[in-house]
Amino acid sequence: MSNEAVLHTHHDTAHGVHDDHHEHHHHETFISKYVFSMDHKMIAKQFLITGMVWAVLGGLMSVLFRLELGYPESNFPWLNTLLGKWAENGHIKPEAYYALVTTHGTVLVFFVLTAGLSGTFANFLIPLQVGARDMASPFMNMLSYWFFFAASVIMLSSLFVSTGPFSGGWTAYPPLSALAAASPGSGTGMDLWLISMALFVVSSLLGGLNYIATILNMRTKGMSMTRMPLTIWALFFTAVLGVLSFPVLFSGFILLIFDRNFGTSFYLSDIFIAGVGALPNEGGSAILYQHLFWFLGHPEVYIILLPAMGMVSEILAVNSRKPIFGYLAMVGSLFAITVLAFLVWAHHMFVTGLNPFLGSIFVLLTLLIAVPSAIKVFNWLTTLWRGNIRFTPGMLFAIGFVSLFISGGLTGIWLGNSALDIHLHDTYFVIAHFHIVMGVASMFGMFAGIYHWFPKMYGRYLNNTLGYIHFWVTIVGAYLIFWPMHYEGLAGMPRRYYDYGTWESFKQFLELNRFISTVAMIVFATQILFLFNFFYSIFKGRKVTSLNPYGSNTLEWTTPLRPGHGNWPGEIPEVHRWAYDYGKDGKEFIPQTTPVGADESHH
Amino acid sequence: MIAVQTERNRIHPHKFTLWVAMGSIIMMFAGLTSAYIVKKNQANWLEFSLPGIFWYSTLVILLSSVTMHLSVKSFKARELGRYKALITLTALLGLVFIIMQYLGFTELESRNIALTGARSNSSASFLFVITGLHMLHVLGGVIALLVVFTRAFAAKQRHYSAVPVEITATYWHFVDVLWIYLFVFYNWIS
Repeated sequence: MSNEAVLHTHHDTAHGVHDDHHEHHHHETFISKYVFSMDHKMIAKQFLITGMVWAVLGGLMSVLFRLELGYPESNFPWLNTLLGKWAENGHIKPEAYYALVTTHGTVLVFFVLTAGLSGTFANFLIPLQVGARDMASPFMNMLSYWFFFAASVIMLSSLFVSTGPFSGGWTAYPPLSALAAASPGSGTGMDLWLISMALFVVSSLLGGLNYIATILNMRTKGMSMTRMPLTIWALFFTAVLGVLSFPVLFSGFILLIFDRNFGTSFYLSDIFIAGVGALPNEGGSAILYQHLFWFLGHPEVYIILLPAMGMVSEILAVNSRKPIFGYLAMVGSLFAITVLAFLVWAHHMFVTGLNPFLGSIFVLLTLLIAVPSAIKVFNWLTTLWRGNIRFTPGMLFAIGFVSLFISGGLTGIWLGNSALDIHLHDTYFVIAHFHIVMGVASMFGMFAGIYHWFPKMYGRYLNNTLGYIHFWVTIVGAYLIFWPMHYEGLAGMPRRYYDYGTWESFKQFLELNRFISTVAMIVFATQILFLFNFFYSIFKGRKVTSLNPYGSNTLEWTTPLRPGHGNWPGEIPEVHRWAYDYGKDGKEFIPQTTPVGADESHH
Repeated sequence: MIAVQTERNRIHPHKFTLWVAMGSIIMMFAGLTSAYIVKKNQANWLEFSLPGIFWYSTLVILLSSVTMHLSVKSFKARELGRYKALITLTALLGLVFIIMQYLGFTELESRNIALTGARSNSSASFLFVITGLHMLHVLGGVIALLVVFTRAFAAKQRHYSAVPVEITATYWHFVDVLWIYLFVFYNWIS
């Protein structure tokens, strides 16, 4: 089955002859072009901008709770204006603090770094880089976005219910999540959280199915699997992870819904609740939820990280003007990470009373991830080595990703040890680790992707000066925020606490917390600068005038400046080589569409 | 449609998507049945025998797979009358299966084995949730059959592509095999 056949199944009857199919105009209204679009490029932009809205909201939440942590003694009357009863006397209430922490986590992990990152770039890059006119099923692709949109609206509405949004942590462990009486946010807030997340799972599955089917079935002539750019490999493994792990989370959620609403005892047992008394439930196990949750939860961090890894590999090679070092090793390590991602979930549960022998197996499997991760790091560094580096903002963010991945990855080796984890579990050390290696690193991958592919998305460039300011403030800020948290965590400072002032051992960190909070605000303000750059450049940015501004080999740069639905006006180009022929035989770059010459050397 | 002919050996993307989706559904049921095993090995697990009607519902869903298979064959042989009759029969058997599963639940309730609520034991709740989810998946198959069915009757132009029918059939056999797995799991594995 070909690309043409899929894209045109819906209007087969209208166009009996397929020779002229590129020239015809879809009769596009505003609704079909910008709202219920089936063009993968428009859906990518929808994911991106929705993700950016969530990034601002989620980031703002972190600024608010950092304000409370940094300035616990001060009153901010404007907080009362902003949050109403959740911040009487200009102080964020404990309930609001937990709600902010929970929503910040949920939103950033799922809505920004899953939907916003892989939703955007899988949609945008897969058809363009494998040489397809659209996804395997453009309709399912559209549904994927609108399920995400519905999930977004419901999550947003949960912020406004009178009892507040869910406040039991983004992992939603029972019993806090299973009992409406457990906390204010566990009632309506949790119901909305569950509905929103269920819709989100559906969105991810619809998207993931499409990405896999497109990559495996819709590649253009000559695009064998080993000729695919690493972005596509990474997005492929991301989709595999999502399709296999989200359903397990879904089953966990279903059992949770039954415990909440139908009185079953999957997770609940006869525990005693203040003000409620002993529960009628018998024999439920809260740990069961943790197993189901982390079976998704761990692959989820790779769902977030792999797209960033793929884009960084591509951007590093293009801007070093060198082939990526160890292409097959890169693919192999992506595969190894994907397999290991499913075998390490219990390292989140070392202190749940897990059998220590079982724990030691999970330690071994966890530490094994260091091997493919190190392979990737060395390959990125050797790609940069003696390269003819162009420091574009996209390239800087890609290099920043490598730096953050190394820094955050090393602390993963600490946390992967079950013995060390007894001390470090649920401390700021964990916060520091996962924010650097997964949160900020993937944000950097996302920024790198936006700066690099913005010309293809909107036909204009982002402003470079603003991009450089954005990069330097963000990377320095990210280290200044999260590096000190390692020391707090080593000193035993627990995460998720509202007020550390009452503990003698943590009072010493008051100034450090204030410093972290101040930097967090500056970094957040800098992201507003990026937003301005983004939206201003869509309309007023410098226009792209050449088809291939970076001298890049991949197929997306063979499309017109502003490709229409169908991507290529004529035939889809045929591919003759891999994507990384940079600096070969004295030529700066050889696009994938160039046939292999008779006198060409083997790579 | 020249491009189609040159790439005939490739599996249709929609069919392929279905296979990936089936992998996804398998993961969901694998998650649930492993949770079942974990829970069973803990204290306070109620042992009870399956409702007898589940044996008959198993026969019904097996039979529906046979009729589904025959309907695809008759579609390909262009015997449209036979095809329409067979997909109607398949959809009806699917509905009968769902009703029989429901009757199984009422039988358990009448044996004083609560499926939900404060009196329930999680062994019965698990049976209810897992079987219920499977019933929803069968219902999805019935809806897919209805779509194919209305196409067969209402289409102004004839559809010669077997792809939609084959996709529905693959899914139908899949939910059949899924039930066999669950049935074997309840009876012998767990």
